Amino acid sequence: MASLKELRSRIASVKSTQKITSAMKMVAAAKLKRAQEQAEAARPYAERMERMLGSLAASLAGRAGVSPMLAGTGKDDVHLIVVMTSDRGLCGGFNTTIVRRARILARQLTGDGKTVKFLCVGRKGRDQLRRDWRDAIADSFLDIGRPTLEFANADQVAQRITDMFEAGEFDVCTLIYNRFKSAISQIVTDQQLIPFALPEAPAGGDGDEASGSTAVYEYEPEEAEILEALLPRNLAVQIYRGLLESTASEHGARMTAMDNATRNAGDMIGKLTMTYNRTRQAQITKELIEIISGAEAL
Amino acid sequence: MAEEGKVEFELVSPEQLLVSEAVDMVVVPGAEGDFGVLPRHSLLISEVRPGVIQVHDGGAVKDRIFVAGGFCEVTGERCTVLAEIAVPVEDIDRAKIEAELKDLREDVADAKSEEARAAVDARIKVREAMLAVAA
Repeated sequence: MASLKELRSRIASVKSTQKITSAMKMVAAAKLKRAQEQAEAARPYAERMERMLGSLAASLAGRAGVSPMLAGTGKDDVHLIVVMTSDRGLCGGFNTTIVRRARILARQLTGDGKTVKFLCVGRKGRDQLRRDWRDAIADSFLDIGRPTLEFANADQVAQRITDMFEAGEFDVCTLIYNRFKSAISQIVTDQQLIPFALPEAPAGGDGDEASGSTAVYEYEPEEAEILEALLPRNLAVQIYRGLLESTASEHGARMTAMDNATRNAGDMIGKLTMTYNRTRQAQITKELIEIISGAEAL
Repeated sequence: MAEEGKVEFELVSPEQLLVSEAVDMVVVPGAEGDFGVLPRHSLLISEVRPGVIQVHDGGAVKDRIFVAGGFCEVTGERCTVLAEIAVPVEDIDRAKIEAELKDLREDVADAKSEEARAAVDARIKVREAMLAVAA
């Protein structure tokens, strides 16, 4: 049995841990709210970009010489996996699930005889992948979007991917990130970035939208030229969206993890206090018995 | 659906939806020249060069907004501009931009690779266009 002093200091330490976790939970909740707002604010741009790209791609469909970013390079030997994780830990299984998914995908691809490269966004993903895929990590971005996440951050990542693509370093690019569903649930999502997978025509859109996408647009300058400018832009938008979702998910996951930790600390304090009181009582009883038996012996 | 005789004008930046209102006419700086968008304009998708978007409403220029390039989609009743950077002309801070421009010019001198220089050059162009507009 631990001594009273040990128990006391143990209780004190758990209490201060509890204070930290509950503060972190509060901070995560506040940040989550902001991240969610940011993600919502960014939605209109992505939607309109998608619509524009959809009508462009539809009008260019089947034509030769379309940008390889849209049509692909014609092979799929080298895969680039963009792994989006957080820079900081203490957020439950947030990073582990992403990395696990990346590992499964990578193993599957190498099993099929493909080459896999990684681009890590976020320190935690890089650190975990470095253990067994050290040579496959092409590049990594750390501390992105600190203090605030801006479009320029996403642009930077997109630029790097575009450069690599143009240099012929990979054929297919997949993004793995946590899609934000709610504070307690994040969904690991794979999204193919290059070649760009056109979203299915939204079913049940209002009539106005439907006629807009089938009608013939005029283009200024030429379709191909606009597409050339629009595709890298779209890549950045997709990455920006991924970053925002991932940030919101991170804070959600951290909030939940810290809530659990605070509760566990509470339970632990309860148990330790119980043991402490029992031990103290036992000691008092023991001392009394010693005194009494000592007196009786006289 | 837009009101009769009005264009639904939307200005969107990656960070947020900036403007969404019904106006009489929008003049957009297209890559191949400025174009005005009135109701029932033909379908058009255009690149946008750095310049000023003029929003006309009630017979006068209501807003002048600087955009640093982007894309514009026009349908019969809607004009959507996807801008990279958008600042109302009256909010352009000359002193701040001049300072930035100075920094950027130094960056050009320091730029090591051809690409880095091109990236800085692009930013300088945007700032110069901004200054020209604010003058």
